[in-house]
Parts: sequence; C-alpha cells; structure tokens
Amino acid sequence: MIPASFDYVRPTSVDEAVQALVEGGDDAKLLAGGQSFIPVLRLRMGDPSLVVDLGGIPELRGVREEGDQIVVGAMTTHHEVTRDDLLAQHVALIQEATKTVADPQVRHRGTLGGALAHADPAGDLAAPTLALDAELVVVGQNGERRVPAAEFFEDYFTTAIGPGEILTAIRFPKYTGWGARYEKFNRVAQAWSIVAVAATVKVEGGSITDARIGLTNMAGTPVRARGVETALVGQTMSEETVRAAAQAAAEGTSPTSDADAGSDYREHLARVLTGRAVLAAAG
Amino acid sequence: MTTTENPTNAPAPEIGRDRRRKEDRRLITGRTRWTDNQAITGLLHLSIVRSPFAHAEIQGIDTSAAKQVPGVVGVYTAADIGADAVQLPCAWPITKDMKAPQRPALAGSRVNFAGEGVAVVVARSAAIAKDAAELVEVDYAELEPVLDMEDALKDGATLVHPEIGTNANAQWVFDSGEAGSGGSVAEALSAAEKDDDQVVIHRRFRQQRLVPVFMEPRSTVVDPTGEQLVMWSSTQVPHILKTMLALTLGLPENKLRVIAPDVGGGFGGKIAVAPEEVVTLLVARKLGKPVKWTETRSESLLTAHHGRDQIQDLTIAVTKDGIIKGLDVKLLADMGAYLGLVGPGVPILGAFMFNAIYKIPAYRFDCTNVFTTKTLTDAYRGAGRPEATFGIERMMDEVAVELGIEPMELRRKNWIKHEEFPYTTVSTLTYDTGNYEAATDQALQMFDYDGLRREQQERRQRGDVKQLGIGISTFTEMCGLAPSRVLGSLDYGAGGWETASIRMLPTGKAEVVVGVSPHGQGHETAFSQIVADKLGIAFEDVEILHGDTQSSYRGLDTYGSRSLAVGGIAMVKAAEKVIEKAKPIAAHMLEASEDDLEFTGGKFTVKGTDKGVGIADVALAVFAAHDYPEGIEPDIDAHATFDPENFSFPHGTHLCAVEVDTETGFVHLHKYVCVDDVGTVINPLIVEGQVHGGLAQGIAQALFEEAPYDESGTLLSGTLVDYTLPSAADLISFDTANTATPSTTNPLGVKGVGEAGTIASTPAVVNAVLDAVRQYGVKDIDMPTTPFRVWTAINSAKGTAGRGDEADVASPGAGLGSTASDISKGDTQGGHL
Repeated sequence: MIPASFDYVRPTSVDEAVQALVEGGDDAKLLAGGQSFIPVLRLRMGDPSLVVDLGGIPELRGVREEGDQIVVGAMTTHHEVTRDDLLAQHVALIQEATKTVADPQVRHRGTLGGALAHADPAGDLAAPTLALDAELVVVGQNGERRVPAAEFFEDYFTTAIGPGEILTAIRFPKYTGWGARYEKFNRVAQAWSIVAVAATVKVEGGSITDARIGLTNMAGTPVRARGVETALVGQTMSEETVRAAAQAAAEGTSPTSDADAGSDYREHLARVLTGRAVLAAAG
Repeated sequence: MTTTENPTNAPAPEIGRDRRRKEDRRLITGRTRWTDNQAITGLLHLSIVRSPFAHAEIQGIDTSAAKQVPGVVGVYTAADIGADAVQLPCAWPITKDMKAPQRPALAGSRVNFAGEGVAVVVARSAAIAKDAAELVEVDYAELEPVLDMEDALKDGATLVHPEIGTNANAQWVFDSGEAGSGGSVAEALSAAEKDDDQVVIHRRFRQQRLVPVFMEPRSTVVDPTGEQLVMWSSTQVPHILKTMLALTLGLPENKLRVIAPDVGGGFGGKIAVAPEEVVTLLVARKLGKPVKWTETRSESLLTAHHGRDQIQDLTIAVTKDGIIKGLDVKLLADMGAYLGLVGPGVPILGAFMFNAIYKIPAYRFDCTNVFTTKTLTDAYRGAGRPEATFGIERMMDEVAVELGIEPMELRRKNWIKHEEFPYTTVSTLTYDTGNYEAATDQALQMFDYDGLRREQQERRQRGDVKQLGIGISTFTEMCGLAPSRVLGSLDYGAGGWETASIRMLPTGKAEVVVGVSPHGQGHETAFSQIVADKLGIAFEDVEILHGDTQSSYRGLDTYGSRSLAVGGIAMVKAAEKVIEKAKPIAAHMLEASEDDLEFTGGKFTVKGTDKGVGIADVALAVFAAHDYPEGIEPDIDAHATFDPENFSFPHGTHLCAVEVDTETGFVHLHKYVCVDDVGTVINPLIVEGQVHGGLAQGIAQALFEEAPYDESGTLLSGTLVDYTLPSAADLISFDTANTATPSTTNPLGVKGVGEAGTIASTPAVVNAVLDAVRQYGVKDIDMPTTPFRVWTAINSAKGTAGRGDEADVASPGAGLGSTASDISKGDTQGGHL
C-alpha cells in the first residue's frame, strides 16, 4: 500500500482528538479502524493532509449498560460487538448484523462507530441502528449532542456529524426478549450487501406485538420499513401473514441499479428478504 | 565403504504416499524470499504511468513536474528508453498469414487498452515513484474503442491497429473431412436436415472474460551490475523468459540470468514476457543500477493478461436416439489489444477437445481471433480446454433436453468404451488409456444420483422455493504439454521436452535440478518422492532445485499440466542414468561382475548373496575417487531430457447438485462429486489439493467471476471488491475420488492434474443451474450465473410462458424438464440472456 503522504496523530482522549481534528481543518480525516478508509488511501481516492487515529482512546471502546440503554463505544470493534453478552441479551439485532460484516480479519479492525460514520448505503450496520431507534452521541468543541438515528443518516456517505465533531458512542434502547435476524444478500461472503433486511420482533402468545425493520442499500441512506412494521403488529404469527406484510417492504425506497441488481430486483429482494428476516426473527 | 549385511531393509515406497508438502512451512510462514523481498544495495523503484483510456493517440507527455520531486532519479517515455521499438514476443504464430501488430514495452504514439503503460518513473523509494507518477501529464486524443468481437469484424469497423488493416488476427480451421480423420461436417449436417430420424441443434455459448488472480502480484528486479545481468521475476517461465529477452532485445543469452524465486501462484497468468519485465530491464541497463517494479493488485487486475473470452457457436447433428453424427464449432476469441506469448494458440488448444470423450464421425473447428481495445488474453488454467469442455458438455445437456434422453445415458451412448483404447479421435489425437464407465459409475454411486433425481422430482412436485438442479460434466483433457513434433506441426515456437539433472552429493544426498518451475503446486514434495523411490534414498535427502537459469540452464517451465507428466519423467530417466553410471563402480567395490548386480531399495547387491553396497556409498566413493575402475569417470551425476511421444489424457466424471432459490435467483452449491482418472498418483494429498483448487476456480467461472468493460472500454472489475472471487465460505466440501488407468505413454503412468478440476467443473455447475430452472422455460443463462441473471431468466421465461406448453417435469428425460416436443428441424436457437 502506497498512499499519498499525510501527517498522523494518535490522541489518547476525545478532547485531544477533537482538538486535532479542528486544527487539521477540512483535510483532516478520522481513522476508526480502517475498514473503508484504508482502501480509500490505498487507491488514492482521498488524500487527507492529516489522519487522526482514534485507536488510542480507551474511553471510546467497550459496551456498558446505562439504565434502559446499552451504550457501545464508537471504537468497539465488530469482533467485540459479536462477542458481547449485553448486546446478545438486549440488542441482538446489531450483533446479528455485525456477524455478517466482511471477514474475520476486517471484523477485528473495523468498528461500529467507523462504519456508521462512513455511512456507506451498502454497509450493514446503519439499517439495524436505524431500526433499533438508537441515539448517536457526537462530541465537538461545544460539547456533546445526541442525534436520533432517524436524523443521523442524511445521504450517501453523509451524516449529521458536523465539522470538528466525532461520533463517540451509540446508545441502543433495550430489546430484551425480542427475536432478531439480519437477512443479508450478496454475491460472495465478503462482498457488500446487494440488499439486506434488519428485523427484530417481539412475539407474545403467538402474536407479533412489536416490530422494527430497517433496509440496507435500498436508498442513499438506510430505510425504515414502517409499512411492514405497521402491518405486522397485532397479527397472529404465520408465514402467510408475515409474507403479506412484507409486500410493503419496498414502499418509500429508491434503490439504485447496477451490474449486481436492477432497482426492480432490489425492490423484489427487499420484499422476499423482509419476509424471511421477520420469520427467522420470530423464530 | 560399507557393505550392507541386510539388503532387504528397504524403505516403504514413496510413490502413492500422502506427504505433506515440504515447501509449505516456508511458503506459509513467509520464511522465504519472494521477488519483491529482494533487497539490493542502491535498489531503485519503478512506477508505471498508465493510460486511463482504451484507445487514444498520445499527443504529448510532460514529465517536468514529476522530475522535480525530490528522490526521483528519472522519468522516461517510451522513446527515452527505446521501449516503443521493442516487439514483445508472440511464440505461437498459428497461421502463416497471422496478423501480429507490434507490441511495445511502453506505448509510443497510441494506447490500445486502458492500463497500457506510457511512461515510467524511477525513484529512490516506491512511494516517491508512485507520488511522482501522478504528476506526469499525458495529453490524449481519444479514439473509438473496439469492444464487441462481432462488430469488430464488420466492414468499416474502427481498427485497433490500423496498420494491419483488420481486427482479425487469424483464422484457424480444422476439418476432419480434409484431414482424413473423419467425415465432412457440411455433409453430416445436410444429411441430418433431410433425415426424419435426425435433428440439428444449434447453440451459442459465451465464455466470459476472467482474470487469473494469482496470490502474489507480479514483481521484477533487475540487477545489471554483474557480468551477467540478473533478473528476478515472479514468473512461471524463467527459461522461456531468458531466451525471449535475448531474442527480443538482442542481448547475448550468455549475459543473462533469470531467477524465478518462490512464486506465489500463476494459473497461466505468469506465462508471459511482460512489458513491465522489459521496462525494468531497459531502465536498469540505462542507469546501470538495480531496479525493482512491483505491481499493485489493481494494476494486476487491469494489466496482467486475462483469460477465456469467446463466443462459441456449436451445431450438432444427432440421431433421435442420441447418436452424434457431426459437430461444427465456430469460435470468436478475443485477443484483446495485442498478442501475448501464446495468446493466439490458446483457443486452438481447444480444437482438439471439443470432440471430448465422444466418438464423433465428422467434426469441424473454425476459430477467428479478434483484436479489441481490451487487456490482452492469454493462458489461464486449462487454456482452451475449459472453453471446449464447456461448449461440448453444455451441448450434451442441450441435446439430452431436446431429445428427451437422460443426460448421462446420452453420454454413455457416445463415449469411447474402455475396450476401445487406444482410440484415435476425429481431431487426430490418440487417447492411450481411459475408462469413462468406471469413473462415471463410481461418481454416480458417491453422488447418489438416483436419490437426488428423486429429491429433485419431489421438490418440483411440492413447488419448493429451492429447486434442485443436477449437472454433469464428463470430460477429458490433453495435458503433459507436449510432444515437440506435435508443437512443431502447430507452428509453436518451441519444443515440449523437459529436463532434469541429478547431482549425487558425497554424503549420499541428492540435488535434483529441474527445468520445470513450480509456483505453488507442491513440486518439491512430489518430485522428492519420485527420486527417493528411484534411487532408494530417503525423501528428506532429496532437494529439488528450480527456477534459476544458472543452476537449471535447460528447461521449458510449468504450464499445461506438464511438470509431472513430462518433467517427472525426465527425473526418472536421470535417476536411471545415475544408477547406470553407478553400476560399474559398485561392481568394482563389490569385486563382482556388473552382470551379477541388481539394484533395489537403493542398494546394488550381488545376486544370490547378501553382499551389497548402497548408492550413497558409491557417491562417496566417486567423491574420494581413490579407487575406481579404469576408463570410467569418477562421477555418477546425470542429466536427462524427456520428449513425450504423446499427450496424456486425464478424464473424469463431475456431478454437481445446486439449489436455486427461485425467489432470489441465488445458486447454492448442494453437492459436488468428482471422480478423476489422472493415471498413477504420486501423492494423493497433493492431487486432492489440486482438484479442490481447480474446482474452486472452475466453479468461480460458473457462478462468480467476470471481468466486464463499460462502453468506453474501462474495466469494471479493477479491484477485488468488484472482481468477486469466492472464498471458502462460498464453496462446499467437495467429494473427490480417483480411478486410475495408468498412461501408457510414460514410465510412471501419470497423466497430470493441475487443470482437471477447472476444466471439468464449469459446465457441471451451469448444467445444474439450468437443470433447476428449465422447468420455467429458461433455456440459457450467461456466466457467471449471478442471482440477478438467474432471477431475471426465471422471470422473463415465466413472462413468456403460459401458452399451454407447460414444461414436462415428470416424464423420463426428465429430470431435465424435457421439451422434446419442441424439437424442430433445422437450427434450434437457445434463448439467450
């Protein structure tokens, strides 16, 4: 790998990192694991003047319980997410999705915060974050603010993180006892999603009492399949009712067309995969 | 000197034994020196400036900014180093009137594919070279790209190389009627047209463009500071490279040494005299300093030669009870922008393989090679034979469907029976041995063919979302390239022999210098086993030396599954010579007559006695040379060259079951069984590994890989994100086995295994995919059969169905969703997606 030359700093606190980012100006970039940023450097698709490596900040790592939320540090690696007991118990959907990201090597380097801040529409973690109504904690020189996931993803590779700001944590409500499934569709195991569906549902007494569904790569941002959620709630759990509800999955989406899939195929996949994801989540 | 009391204490045979690969410790742990690891004092680094356009005039190159970068030693255009005057070699002029455009090492006035080099930066570090390369300003005037083979051959088409006046490189024709090896296809087809008991079926198949994707990107280091100029290169062909560099650049061959150190894969992609190798040499000579070039992965995908890329038109005449009467093959083969080292000959290798394992009375093969403004194509694992095998094996399934004959039964009706060997085919090759029945029967049993067919019916009747498809490929290949006389008759620019030398060391160990050039196959292990057995010494005591023209001065390198079937035999011959040379000395040591000696288990013994002397003792005796017979050299080293009298013909039966998710189009591999006959097996573990890797590559062509270009001639698969190589996670465990009918054309009875899995598997998988979805009216799906393509095919077919011609999914013939009622006279054009 021979990237264009850049300056490199590795701060040990969020304050130092914000300071470095502000001083670095527009050409400063954050390195949060490198799953996507390293290829960008390698292919010289970007040539930042300064790289601020967030890998040396202990406070950005780890999963903890705070009241009715589970808080995941932005620099928690995918591997750590997949192995975390709190997430397994309370936020299974993010764990299910994370298991499908890339390959084991990448999952040991890539981070939840890095993936969300990058906001690749084909990335796997934005849709479950949206579906789970998470809050994203952003820190800048003026302190901390919390952005609801519904307002965080603005467009292709664009988020609500402002200049000089750093995503520090993701706060998930608890979905204890909910079933979860991330139904990913891609060409080969390591490839980006063509379409994927993040579904988590609460089933009580044979009926679906609550549902959250997010779609990956059905628009420039993750999309919430609210029509399906509404159609599911109150229904008796059956393949028929789930598949019928899933017919609404592509509503409000605007998928792209490329060599792997035309937009109509993506819409079709969204419906099929939503049905499968919900059925699997309901177990 | 010792005499051995107990000569019966012979080691267990090495041949046929599972041995873990002795080279793997260093290869896997990286404790070795690849080309890019060569560190020479004062080494300079290259970065090549490449064209982003497929076809353009170069109107000017401004190197001034790049030259200003600190650490830059030089920035050169083609003219500055004479790279535009070079004619990179094509060693296979397939016809007398073949059109061969000049292929420079760097483009001079025009670029002919995106990625072609136009200038080179030399700097003190690779990073500086890369930075400076971005500052080289090239002024291009774009020309029309030439992308479609059929369009390229039309009158008035834009010419890739206007100076040769055509986009056709050559047309190569074989006609069994003219060759006297069979009848006339024209007559066979016209007779079939008139015969109510025959049908004529036409199909067009597309072989997509692939990239070899070896693990180690290409790298070349040239050190011009010694008396001999030394080139290290990540190549499969150090010997050919050396000779070709001498011929191409006018260098004295004695002043060149080429070293292929450990090489991380090739798959045919490193059978080349690469422009970058020549540029590195030219720059090193110009500066008088050692220079290195190492490509990035993207550079590799874009500019290292590609493979396959054919349009295949097959027409077959067959009786309604399934006997083939004639086969006509018309190919268009995309050469890309230039001719590679053996590029034009690659499709021609297929000429001998379209008739495959079948008795075909009339055959014609007509191939036109076409220039386009794309990366050139050349050898890729199988080279010509996978294309042919795909064509005929897809066609056999099409015939089975059209006639309503069970597809394996159709093959049985036409294949050469085991008692008919040796058998001379319609394309003039003589298959020495084979037993298609044995391999097939074992494969069917392992696969539970009947059980899967039943399950397939059940799923159809249930209307399962996941439909089962079963695909067959019964294949053979010609390998062990090659008898030199045959290569001569095909106008190939070299012979096909191979050499080996055995050096017996004073301590009884052996160094074996081989002319083949391993790059991941496990040669060191397999060859050690052969030599250990032949000389009766320990496996650990044999060292295989390769890839350096200083030690191995004579060789033709590794490709075409030749290393064992040709190179291995040279080792056997050399070992026999060592024993022959040692015999008089052993007799002298034992004070016996040579006639009374026999050699077994590494020892010469006097017949009928327990007196004996080991080969190691003889080696020590000739080293000391204190006492040896008059008139004999004190030397038992030996050198041998083996030129095969025939190819070898591995064959096998591959069976694939896939589950097609009819809602999404996704193809899941369900079961894969292959029984290969590769003749005598030296090391079963290595053979299994070669088959597994080969299967992965062949399956990848069927399901995953493609190197497409956009309408401007830009490669769309320029990274491994876009060129979707499968990993272990995308494949299943394969069930492999072997039958063995030893080859009779070499003393080991070996046939070769490097390409078998790749050649056989692609049609098995595609046949399976189609078998799953034919019931919906799908007739063909282009490779790779991606989910999008499969889903689209099902949808379009369903969209045009419902005309009362519901597919028959129940009757025998059968599992295929026979559409026998659709058989019409004349061409039956397959629906093509």
